[in-house]
Amino acid sequence: MNNNLFRGKLVKLVVEEPQTVAKHFHRWARDTEYWRLANSNPVRPCSVKAIQSWVEKELEENGVELFEFSIHTVADDRLIGDVGLDGVRWNHSESFVGIGIGEREFWGQGYGTEAMQLILRYAFSELNLQRVSLNVFSYNSRAIRSYEKVGFIHEGRARNVLQRDGQRYDLVFMGILREEWIARYHGDGNNLGD
Amino acid sequence: MKISESLFLAQDICLAPIDHEQDAEIESRWTHDAGYMRLISLSPALPQSVSQIKKRYEKTEKEQEEKRNLFYFTIRMRADDRLIGFARLYWIDWSNGGGFIELGIGDPGDRRHGYGAQTLRLLLRYAFDELNLYRLSALIPEYNPAAAHLFLRAGFAEEVRRRQALERGGRRWDMLHLGLLHEEWATLQ
Repeated sequence: MNNNLFRGKLVKLVVEEPQTVAKHFHRWARDTEYWRLANSNPVRPCSVKAIQSWVEKELEENGVELFEFSIHTVADDRLIGDVGLDGVRWNHSESFVGIGIGEREFWGQGYGTEAMQLILRYAFSELNLQRVSLNVFSYNSRAIRSYEKVGFIHEGRARNVLQRDGQRYDLVFMGILREEWIARYHGDGNNLGD
Repeated sequence: MKISESLFLAQDICLAPIDHEQDAEIESRWTHDAGYMRLISLSPALPQSVSQIKKRYEKTEKEQEEKRNLFYFTIRMRADDRLIGFARLYWIDWSNGGGFIELGIGDPGDRRHGYGAQTLRLLLRYAFDELNLYRLSALIPEYNPAAAHLFLRAGFAEEVRRRQALERGGRRWDMLHLGLLHEEWATLQ
């Protein structure tokens, strides 16, 4: 049994104070490319206070369904993004997962991929979920490649869900089943399996 | 489309608001039918008392007022105003013109009479011609083929199949995501 659930080679999963989360998110939210890769609602400036009270309210209202982590680098313990299971349906053993790397200098280097592998291990080997789902905007090809690498399977696209800069884009759905995760990661040499 | 044509009246049924005095008793009865609850909700089936239902009505109307992303209707028989079900447009995403749609007919005796199809026709017209939405989504469990049939016949296309996303009755089922674009709906009118 692996008890080192929250630590990989590049990143570790940490639970931070809502205020710390809000301070970072406030900065990332001003990067409109980051926002538009991660959110379907319109970009708008958000104060630290507004984000903090939103985070606190979410945790208070939906706490048993939420498993939210900050992503830190192993090398220098820097907070670079967040990842979370945002809505576990316990009676169906399923959850959606969401991830964002706010610090641009860490894009495209495997930090997000490893954080996703860590949260999947948590979902399947600690929460005992049967399935994890996600959706991603069709123009976010970097994220789609990362999810494919992790083992998510394409399950279809909701057509033209987003309108951005005068064009319509699909919402891509992907999922991974418990048995697919076991087949891929069991006995994994990089220590990302059970 | 004629402006004189009612958005709320179909041949046998109509879309109407909640009746806070009368409806809760009927709806409480429906919640004791686990078969119905499993068709309309992913939450564990759990009967609700009349007062719990009344509280939910208040919550629904408050949400409608405050968030402005929900349109909730009751379905009633035109002949005698009898409550037969509910319909709603929810999670409306105004900036992208999207929304979700669902409906339920509470009493099995009121199903298979075309009331669902009449409701869906009204609701689509409301979504596309009154709210001016660009597209609608419907989430339908694999174990509800009657609903899938209803939405597919109205022009929806199956877009996503979340494999084995649900567990009911001791086995796992897919969750179907259906979608309909305004332009597709318009060509069918």
